[in-house]
Amino acid sequence: MSDIDLRRRNFLKTSLGAAAVAIAPGMLLFDAAHGKSEAASSKVRWGMLIDTNQCKSGCDDCVNACNRENGLSGGTGPTDSQWIRKIEIRDVGSGRELSLPMMCQHCEHPPCVDVCPTKASFRRADGIVLVDRHLCIGCRYCMMACPYKARSFVHEPLHDQNPDVPRGKGTVEACTLCVHRVDQGLQPACAEACPNKAILFGDLNDTDSEISIKIRSVASVQVRADLGLNTGIRYQGL
Amino acid sequence: MYFKNRLYWALLAAGGLVVMAGLYAVYLMEHHGHIVTGMNNQIVWGIPHVFAIFLIVAASGVLNIASIGSVFGKPSYKARAPLAGLLSIAMLAGGLTVLMLDLGRPDRIIIAATHYNATSMFAWNVLLYSGMFALVIVYLWTMMERRMNPWNKSAGLAVFGWRFILTTGTGLIFAFLTARQAYGSALLPPLFIVLSFAWGLAVFHVAQTVIYAWNEKKLDPAILQRKKNLLGIFVISSLYMVAAYHLTNLYFAHLTGFERFILLDGDIYPGLFWWGYLVLGNLLPLALIYWPGLCKTSCVLTASLLVISGAFALLYVFIIGGQAYPLNIFPGHEVSSSFGDGQIAAYHPSLPEFLLGFGGLAIAFIITMIGMHVFDFMPQDKSYIAD
Repeated sequence: MSDIDLRRRNFLKTSLGAAAVAIAPGMLLFDAAHGKSEAASSKVRWGMLIDTNQCKSGCDDCVNACNRENGLSGGTGPTDSQWIRKIEIRDVGSGRELSLPMMCQHCEHPPCVDVCPTKASFRRADGIVLVDRHLCIGCRYCMMACPYKARSFVHEPLHDQNPDVPRGKGTVEACTLCVHRVDQGLQPACAEACPNKAILFGDLNDTDSEISIKIRSVASVQVRADLGLNTGIRYQGL
Repeated sequence: MYFKNRLYWALLAAGGLVVMAGLYAVYLMEHHGHIVTGMNNQIVWGIPHVFAIFLIVAASGVLNIASIGSVFGKPSYKARAPLAGLLSIAMLAGGLTVLMLDLGRPDRIIIAATHYNATSMFAWNVLLYSGMFALVIVYLWTMMERRMNPWNKSAGLAVFGWRFILTTGTGLIFAFLTARQAYGSALLPPLFIVLSFAWGLAVFHVAQTVIYAWNEKKLDPAILQRKKNLLGIFVISSLYMVAAYHLTNLYFAHLTGFERFILLDGDIYPGLFWWGYLVLGNLLPLALIYWPGLCKTSCVLTASLLVISGAFALLYVFIIGGQAYPLNIFPGHEVSSSFGDGQIAAYHPSLPEFLLGFGGLAIAFIITMIGMHVFDFMPQDKSYIAD
């Protein structure tokens, strides 16, 4: 009887050892590949202040930089993805003209996140609104809900994607605020590419950050502030 | 009899062919992407949604017949409750199939059950639609199985409540869209409920006419008269709700541009609204219903078919016209961009979209055909009508 018990114990020990040996390299490689990843913190609220006085009509350097960075085709057909676009606006009363970039406004209360049936649209703790491409079923309800028309649906198969920016046919996508760059301590591609430094990126929660200091000193607005979404993107000179 | 049997299989095969064509459209959409449809980043919901929402709304409304029978105890309606239940299940199945197969990733549909977002009306509707299926099946069981008859009233009440919530949910899909001029109105859920009454009853009339003709029976003129009048009341009520929706919009200065677009000068939408919805879908059926001396089966059938075509016209204007009008991102400004800002969005529905939509109708048709063939859904009226 005890002979059988011993055999069973040995078997269990060997199995556990074998399992550990099998899993350990994978765990180590996973750690090596990802480094020590820190979760996004709600102490930070990433945002942008866009100075429309500095944004030049006809210049689309930010759009091109976004397309390059995120592997978008740059097409402007009705089915092409546009994560950021230049809008020319003209005040009907005064005739004042402005040019400005429009993209996901990274709302604090994003309608896209509210309506998404599968929680594919989500807001990271640091305020960046993203789409989980593994959860998106492509219902496009978020596109109906977005007040800024910031989202695009991938209508065709994709080729030559940027490995840092996975995309997928049949899913919805939008500006990620270049989350892959932000997590490395870099600026979003559009902010970096703007020749007039019209796009100021930073932490809205840090009272000493350049963006917070500027928002305190100049007049800035949120687009469709009446909707009460508290956007992370602010506009100056609008 | 031999001829009818052949005709049954021929009709079933024809329905099957349409379903196959719909599935081929799904294959095209999944293989090539939604590029093969007319939908784009401005018109994100198209023809499939018009078909799906019609089917789902009518599936709820057709149960009115059953409710009047089971909840309010009218015998001539109670005799028709099983047929109403069958039609409801059939249309719900057809509509949901279209909605599901139009997804960008229908292969991931299970995620809708595993990752549930309680703030999403779509997520709620997943529960409401599947609950409706289950409830209507139980309801049919309580009607068709003698031992279950005592539960019929309770099941009828449950279905009655559930379908109100379900159609409220369908209306809320649009009512919760905060920024779009066409939607975001608390009037939409009750509007959808009243529309469902008219559309559901119209579908019921068509099915009832066919089933009576098939069985070479004649509907009691008194019953026809009652159902005809009911359709008239539902059509007038829905017209009132649609008018209230547009009139309130017209009163708000920030929405007059949108109303002008839908009612006056926007592409094909005003034509579809006035001629398709109002004249064909309302005025003509009302004339057929209320014209003195016109109470024939063919007359009611024509009125019902017209109400159904008016439904499609209204949904096209509501869903596609509502998206075609540009979002007002910068109130008080003229805007232009490479992404259609400030522009009326163009939409040219493609063949695969229609195939998918008709595929949904065909699914409803096949389920109804098989249901009527296998079970006895023929309304059994007593010679004396008490109500």
